[in-house]
Amino acid sequence: MMKEAKEEESTLSVHGHGVKVTEVLKDGDGLTFLIVSQKLSGTGEYHVDRTYEDFEWLQQQLFTQEDVPGIQGVIFPPLPAKAQVNASAKAVKQLGFLALEELQPYCAALETFIHQVAAHNILSKNKSLEIFLTSSEPPGRQRARKNIFNRLSQAVEEMRKESHKDVDDFFQSQRDMNIALTGSTKNAVEKFLDVVLSEQKIAVACGHFAASLHLCVESGDDPDKAAFSKICVKLSDIFESMKKNMTNVAKNDVSTLGLGLDLESRYQEAEKKDLQTGGVGNCQKECREGQTSQEGGFGGGEESGRDRV
Amino acid sequence: MADTAREPPPDRSGFQELEDAEDLFPELAVPREAEPARLSTQDIGTESNGPKRDSFFDDDVDDLFAEATDEVSLDSPEREVLLSDGPSPAMTPITPPTSVITPRIGHAHDDMFTHSSFDEVEEDEAGDAFDVHISVSDPEKVGDGMNAYMAYKVTTKTSSSLFRLREFSVRRRFSDFLGLHGKLASRYLHGGYIVPPAPEKSIVGMTKVKVGKEDPSSNEFVEKRRLALERYLMRTVQHPVLLKDPDLLQFLESSELPRAVSTQALSGAGLLRMVNKAADAVNKMTIKMNESDAWFEEKQQHFENLDIQLRKLHASVESLVCHRKELSLNTAQFAKSAAMLGNSEDHTALSRALSQLAEVEEKMEQQHHEQADADFYFLSELVGDYVRLLAAVKGVFEQRVKTWQKWQDTQLLLQKKREAEVKLQFSNKADKVAQAKDDIKELEVKVRQGERDFQKISQSIRREVGRFERRRVSDFKNIFIRYLEALVGAQQQVMKYWEAFLPEAKAVS
Repeated sequence: MMKEAKEEESTLSVHGHGVKVTEVLKDGDGLTFLIVSQKLSGTGEYHVDRTYEDFEWLQQQLFTQEDVPGIQGVIFPPLPAKAQVNASAKAVKQLGFLALEELQPYCAALETFIHQVAAHNILSKNKSLEIFLTSSEPPGRQRARKNIFNRLSQAVEEMRKESHKDVDDFFQSQRDMNIALTGSTKNAVEKFLDVVLSEQKIAVACGHFAASLHLCVESGDDPDKAAFSKICVKLSDIFESMKKNMTNVAKNDVSTLGLGLDLESRYQEAEKKDLQTGGVGNCQKECREGQTSQEGGFGGGEESGRDRV
Repeated sequence: MADTAREPPPDRSGFQELEDAEDLFPELAVPREAEPARLSTQDIGTESNGPKRDSFFDDDVDDLFAEATDEVSLDSPEREVLLSDGPSPAMTPITPPTSVITPRIGHAHDDMFTHSSFDEVEEDEAGDAFDVHISVSDPEKVGDGMNAYMAYKVTTKTSSSLFRLREFSVRRRFSDFLGLHGKLASRYLHGGYIVPPAPEKSIVGMTKVKVGKEDPSSNEFVEKRRLALERYLMRTVQHPVLLKDPDLLQFLESSELPRAVSTQALSGAGLLRMVNKAADAVNKMTIKMNESDAWFEEKQQHFENLDIQLRKLHASVESLVCHRKELSLNTAQFAKSAAMLGNSEDHTALSRALSQLAEVEEKMEQQHHEQADADFYFLSELVGDYVRLLAAVKGVFEQRVKTWQKWQDTQLLLQKKREAEVKLQFSNKADKVAQAKDDIKELEVKVRQGERDFQKISQSIRREVGRFERRRVSDFKNIFIRYLEALVGAQQQVMKYWEAFLPEAKAVS
């Protein structure tokens, strides 16, 4: 999916590409993720647990690298929104795909985030990633509190930049395209989510039907009754397997096209931010790279999409 | 459930492809039991109450028809007639048939009633091969505004000697069907025959059609009604006794039919019907019958249970249909948004892939819609039909209770008259004694008649229930098989679509 980055340049001591988010535990109101990474040197693994705040810390660290050359034009890999046990309506909308009942897709999304940071040739050099993956102590739980003034000023800046036409034609066209794409992708994600939800509902309905059919089984020596019961049981079994199939289909959909579209959409948001802040040179390179990675992601997603049968 | 036992495919060629797909559906045990089905239904025929039923049937039919012209007056013939939506108070006597032949249903057509395994199911009488096949088609709107109605073409294809021609058709409207049902019910219900119920009136549906909007929901309504009418007629003609009814024959054959007015919802007859239904409900609660025959009690319990189960089943299927329709809609919307995404995308390969995805999703939407239709027309309507049929079955049992009640009442009356006669004898009023003796003789006849009626209806119910049960099993089996065939076909189609799309997706990277 992603282009393999040159790992000899990074300062990571683990295989960036092999990091897995293996478990998630519900810890009161929050979620704790267990992250496993393989050591580069020899055999050994780091097992660490992190919460969402730790991920945010990492992202914050990446954002605030002031003095690293070339950081200006970077499209930062997007972090999924915070998942909560009892999510509010707004949070559900933000999460989109990842707000579904199962946490497995969410773990997959977090995993992808880590992979992308590790594979990025500038970002992977940041020491915070190393600390994040290997230190047994949770890295700085001090959250960068975005107080209300910061957020207000940020929002105002964004609005100002949005309407400001870019000097360079290339960037302007990129921005336009990006806006169009963002809108379309978001739309596609929403509709696809509807499709998956319907599939899940059908699976449940098939299950109910199978159960009702089982109720039709009558005991007795009457051959008619026996025949009828047999038919009902057979059909009930068929509907059970239909239900399993549908559940699988829905699951596959989410883990392939669903996650893919979701990632797309978040990436495009990130690209939008990037294009707004401006920055020549690196930005052009990033944009091209970003596009190719998107296409790769799509291809993979659609390929697995055929397994929906 | 890994039931992969497969019989060799029967002559339906569509199944050849299934062999390839075998690995993909290891758990999909398609009960293609067409061949074993023949065996098992034959067994049913010979095992359960075989010889006994034969003799019942032979004796009874002659009995029934011989006495038909005789005792026709019941307490309140008017009341009973109107009870079952009947329009004509004049009850035409049943003319004894020249020969007792049960028609065998043929398998000319590929619809739910004429599946190949049907041949053996019908009654034990061999007889010649009779086909009676009815189709309802060509719904046409006649008239305008609120007086408009849909006229359907009823085509009968038969080789039976009951009809004058081999193939003929007439135009009928919905109230004609209701009128037919009314006449049949009024005539046969107290004989213990299970008369198939007609499709229900739907004021909302019909008003939409009358107003004249050509929208898909009113087309669906007409289609649903057309199929329901077809199933109703097929069920009615499959009943060996009902088939010979002159009203039914007239309905199928004659081009003009007197308009059945009393089927209208708000007519005087309609109101009378409602009052009678209420009275009936009260009666049901008050009559306590001493059931001497355990068979009836067991059967009634069985039907009660079946009723509950079928209703649950119906609810489940309806929700499944609803969800599938929703899936179809959502897929359509997703297809549109994918197309838009493809349009705004710069990279040509990706753009093309996205457009192809949109097209596949559109085809999927079509598939889902068809599947939802199949779910509905096969499963949901079948279960719904049987729920209504069970109501008719219960009605027959109630009729038996009523007959018993009448018999008991007559007996009590006889008792009282006898006591009165004894008293009169002591009081020496000769003329009154004579009169009393006459009354007693009359009542004795009535009592015997009542008893015979009761026994007749009991026997008839036994027969009818047996027939109903066999029919139920074969109906369900046939419908399930056809549903599964459709399902398998649809799934294969889906696979083809996605496989066609795969190279496009691969071409992107």
